[in-house]
Amino acid sequence: MSKRFEVIEHTADIGIAAYGSDLKQAFANAAYALFSLMVDLKKVGDNLYREVEVTAENQEELLVAWLNELIYLFEVEGVLFKRFRVDELTATRLKSRCYGEAIDPLRHKIRRGVKAATYHMLKVEKDNGFSVQVLFDI
Amino acid sequence: MARWEGQLKKIDDYRWEIPQSYKAGMRVPGLIYADKAMLDHIREDQTPEQVANVACLPGIVARSLAMPDIHWGYGFPIGGVAATKVEDGVISPGGVGYDINCGVRLLRTDLKEEEVRPKIEELISELYRAIPSGVGSEGKLRLGQKEIDKVLLMGARWAVEKGYGEARDLEVTEANGSMPGGDPRCVSTKAKQRGGPQLGTLGSGNHFLEVQVVEEIYEPAIATVMGIERVGQVLLLIHTGSRGFGHQVCTDHLVTMGAAVQRYGIHLPDRQLACAPVKSPEGKDYFAAMVCAANYAWANRQCITHWARECFTRVFGRSRRELGLEMVYDVAHNIAKMEEHRVDGKRLSLCVHRKGATRAFPAGHPEVPAIYAEIGQPVLIPGDMGRYSYILVGTERAMEDTFGSTCHGAGRVWSRSAAKRSLRGADVARELAQRGIIVKAGSMASLAEEASEAYKDVTMVVEVTHRAGISRKVAKARPMGVVKG
Repeated sequence: MSKRFEVIEHTADIGIAAYGSDLKQAFANAAYALFSLMVDLKKVGDNLYREVEVTAENQEELLVAWLNELIYLFEVEGVLFKRFRVDELTATRLKSRCYGEAIDPLRHKIRRGVKAATYHMLKVEKDNGFSVQVLFDI
Repeated sequence: MARWEGQLKKIDDYRWEIPQSYKAGMRVPGLIYADKAMLDHIREDQTPEQVANVACLPGIVARSLAMPDIHWGYGFPIGGVAATKVEDGVISPGGVGYDINCGVRLLRTDLKEEEVRPKIEELISELYRAIPSGVGSEGKLRLGQKEIDKVLLMGARWAVEKGYGEARDLEVTEANGSMPGGDPRCVSTKAKQRGGPQLGTLGSGNHFLEVQVVEEIYEPAIATVMGIERVGQVLLLIHTGSRGFGHQVCTDHLVTMGAAVQRYGIHLPDRQLACAPVKSPEGKDYFAAMVCAANYAWANRQCITHWARECFTRVFGRSRRELGLEMVYDVAHNIAKMEEHRVDGKRLSLCVHRKGATRAFPAGHPEVPAIYAEIGQPVLIPGDMGRYSYILVGTERAMEDTFGSTCHGAGRVWSRSAAKRSLRGADVARELAQRGIIVKAGSMASLAEEASEAYKDVTMVVEVTHRAGISRKVAKARPMGVVKG
């Protein structure tokens, strides 16, 4: 599957569908999509990394919890992430290593802020590969 | 997105009902305020389905309401109003939204358009410099943990006590800018970390500062009470909310509400509608945290007001008094409030969720400031960058029909990606400049997403609320200059 993610139309906000040959990859591509909405990731380095671990009631909520954790790290620590390794993914736990770079206003033009991952239209599916869908609050 | 083909029953030219029989689980009917032309638009996506979904909330009374600026949200529609019984109903963070107490604040001046016109670029540049805007923008205030807790409890009053504004500003702010019932212990450290550096910043998305000029006055006697005396008078409109703080509060409590839904055996058509009984520990904790976020937002708009006044003083070389830079009003349009309303002849204590809807209390209501007791609460309706904004007042009819609520803005018609595909930020700025509107924006992409074309015409929206009687038009203003986050 060559396409990592697609943008889904929504009137007030923006959704994404992300794909992968396994679920870990689909999750990683969803996180990649999140930061692609904010900035041109070609201009972002990956010299910095954070281990991010979240738990939730089920896999859908796990995706939302993880993406919200990344949004929190972006706002509080000013990190733009571009590369994601999901090391562990169960029904209720996710462990990841996320690589990126601290925002440099001179090189990183922030296109738009993504303020939260929502539960609306949320999907985690296996159908000819894996796909996940999430809507962001802009 | 598929068109919504459900049944709509015409009540009159501006009100359309989704019957309770439309889907299983609806506890009350839905009601959409719109004219015929708008309705066709509203049917183009699943917005009416969201109105029907909200009607499924336990304890909802009368109707699940949608204002004419309604558009597709997540869970709740944007432009939705839902009142639930405090006694045995639920509170839903989705019925408030992520940007808790996103709202608008209007200031009037004694300046005339011709005095401001030659200095508009300088004024907009000053405002852009003085008030941090854009994604993740950080302010000039550095708050320690103790100080943040004070902001969460005191709201705009904290700011005034720190010298950002004066007591009169609080008198003309909804809830006096300081809503009771907040508890900082219900707020996560993460929310405080996100909110700490962002107090006194505009943020991004649809938030803005706008220098406007009065174009038309419909009710001169009412307008005069608000300090709006003549066509050509310059105004300042501020639109922002609780920044990352409110978003984190909503995010955190949606997680606990998700578990609460199961614990209390609540069945919902959409996870994003997650809720808990108003009187449950989860419901009370959310409300206490929501109040903190509402207060944060009022403090935010108060600080911004102070710096904006300083900009006017610098640019025009006159004092704030000489400029007559007084607040007209400040209203929230994403909030839940505990209010008393009459439903079917009975007085009920209700939790009124306004998600993209403005409170519109009538003359004589105890929560309307004394100076507006005779005219009713001012209602501030921003349009988009290229068109108009409106000033209205609340009405008795709103109390009867909509729990004292009306619309909140123009309402989007285009998706963000569609707007960005069709328009370039630079072209939007140039086109506005040709019409005499100066724009400074942190991001050109965000400028395209917020272009006029992406919104309904606010005039139509306001006209429906006026004709349906849930608010009354007082004056119209058009933009001269805009700072976009």
